[in-house]
Amino acid sequence: MSARDLIDRADFPLLEANPDLHYLDSAATSQKPQVVLDAMMHYYAHDNANPHRGAYALSARATDRYREARERIASFVGVRDSARLIFTRGTTESLNLVATAWGRTNVGAGDEVVITGLEHHANFVPWQQLVNEKGAALRIARLTPDGRIDLDHLASLVGPRTKVVAFAHVSNALGTINPVADVCAIARRAGAVTVCDGAQAAPHLPLDVDGLDVDFYAFSGHKMLGPMGCGVLIGRRNLLEAMPPYQTGGDMIEYVGDERSTWNVLPHKFEAGTPNVGDAVGLAAACEYLDRIGMSNVREHEQAITTLASARLCTVPGVRVYGPSPAMRSGVVSFTVGEIHPHDLATILDEVGVCVRAGHHCAQPLMRRLNVPATARASFYIYNTEADVDALVAGIEHAREVFG
Amino acid sequence: MSTEALYQELILEHNRKPRNFREMPDASRTIEGRNPLCGDALTLWVKLENDTIADASFKGQGCAISKASASLMTAAVKGKTRAEAEELFERFHQLVTGTLPESEQKSLGSLRALGGVSKFPLRVKCASLAWHALHSALASDDSEVSTEREGPEPPPLEGA
Repeated sequence: MSARDLIDRADFPLLEANPDLHYLDSAATSQKPQVVLDAMMHYYAHDNANPHRGAYALSARATDRYREARERIASFVGVRDSARLIFTRGTTESLNLVATAWGRTNVGAGDEVVITGLEHHANFVPWQQLVNEKGAALRIARLTPDGRIDLDHLASLVGPRTKVVAFAHVSNALGTINPVADVCAIARRAGAVTVCDGAQAAPHLPLDVDGLDVDFYAFSGHKMLGPMGCGVLIGRRNLLEAMPPYQTGGDMIEYVGDERSTWNVLPHKFEAGTPNVGDAVGLAAACEYLDRIGMSNVREHEQAITTLASARLCTVPGVRVYGPSPAMRSGVVSFTVGEIHPHDLATILDEVGVCVRAGHHCAQPLMRRLNVPATARASFYIYNTEADVDALVAGIEHAREVFG
Repeated sequence: MSTEALYQELILEHNRKPRNFREMPDASRTIEGRNPLCGDALTLWVKLENDTIADASFKGQGCAISKASASLMTAAVKGKTRAEAEELFERFHQLVTGTLPESEQKSLGSLRALGGVSKFPLRVKCASLAWHALHSALASDDSEVSTEREGPEPPPLEGA
C-alpha cells in the first residue's frame, strides 16, 4: 500500500471545510486530525482532574492519562525511559530550559558555545544571551552554498573550550536534513554536550532518539498534528538529574523546608505547576495517528511531493529555489521569484487559496548568510497533494503577470 | 479578497520606479525604519528648513506596498510643515485602516492608491513603515524606528 492510500484529507476538519484551501505552511503549524480533537475532548469530558494530587479515583484517572500520553510519545520517538521526556510548551521553551538550567550551571567565562548558521531564533537567541551573560563566546558554523552545515568548519570550531554544540536536526527555513550522528561525533570528541532542535524533524522523519545519541532533543507537538502549547524536551538522565530546576513551585518539589527545598524525581522535577494534560493527550493521539500511517510512509509521501514541487518551480522563469537537493531535504521548499518581494507573492497566492510563509522564517542569521532579505516558503505535510503544487505554480505565474 | 484593489497600477509603477530613491548627504534627519516581522528595512532622509520639509528621500528593501508607500510619501510631504505632515499621516493611517470617510479621501491625492490596504490588515504595517519613520524623524533626534513599537496594529504575520 502506498503512502498516499493511507492518508485521508477528510480526517482533517479544517481542510474538509475548506476544499479550495491549499495549506502549504505546515512547517509553521500543522492542521489537526479529528482523532486529536476527539482525544482532547474526551479527556476533558471524562477524565479531567488535577493529576498527581487528589486522593480520589478521578484524579488517579487524570494521572494515568498523563502518564500514558508521556509513554506513548516516548515510544513514538524511540525513547525507552519515558521519565527523561519532559513536557514543555514547545521547542522554544525546551531549548530555553536547557540554555537556562543546564547552561547557567555549566557554561562560564571563556567557554564556547557552537551553533550553526541555519538555526531558528529559538536555538540561536537563548545561546547568544547565555554567552553574553557568562562572558563566554558564541561560534557559528558556516554553511555550504546549498545550505548544509559545513562539517569541516564546524569541526574546526569545536575544541577544549566548547561546552555545547546546538544544532537543528532539520532546518525550518530550507528543509536541510542535518547529519546528526556526524555532528554528535564531532561534539563528543571535545566532550561537549549536544542539543538538537527537532521541531522540523519529529513531524516528518522516522525518529529513534535513543539511537541518535544526543544529550538533549527538543520538539513541538503542534507541528506534528498535535495541539499548540505542548512540546517535549528529552534529556540524558544523568544530565537532567544533575541540573537545577528550570521553574519551581507545585508538583516539582519533594520536600519544602523554610530555608531550602528538595526536588521531585524525573520527569516532575522539570514540570512545575499543573501540567497540560489535555494537550499531552492530544499529542499522544497525534503520535498514534502518525504511527498508523507509518513515519517512513510520511517521509516517502513528502519526499515525492517536495521533489515534484522543486522540479515544477524550477521551470518557472525567475524562480530560485534555496537549499540542498530534495533527497537531503524535508518537505520544505524555500524560494524567490525574480524581483517580486515574497510578502507580495504571499498576498497574491493567498487570493487563490494558497497559504505560504513569507519572510525571514525566524532565521535572520541564515537570511544574512544567504544574502536575501526574505524568501517564500512552501512546506508540505501528509495532507498535501499534487493539486496543491499545481495551485502554487499557477499562483506564482499569476504573480509574475501582476508584477510584469 | 481580490488583490487588484491592493496592487493598483500606480502602486506597481512606484514599486518599479520609486521616486526620491536616493541618499541625502545633507539631510537634517536620518532614520532607520524596520519591520521585524518581515525583515523590511528602509532609511529615510529628511531635510528641514525651519519648520518645513524641504526634501525627503529613502532607500532600502521591502515589499511593493512598503516601497510604493515610501515613494508616494516622500513626494507628498515635500513642502509641508511638520504639523501638516503629521496631519497627513493621521489621515493616511485612517485610510489604510479603513476608517477615513469616503468624502475625505479625495484630499489625500495619489496616496489614495494605497486605500486597498484597508482590506488586507496584515499589510497595514508595510504601508505605514515609512510614515512611522517620518513621524520619528520629525519628532526626535536620529534614532531607529520600528513599526513594532507603534500603536495598535493587526496581529503578527509570522509564525515559526
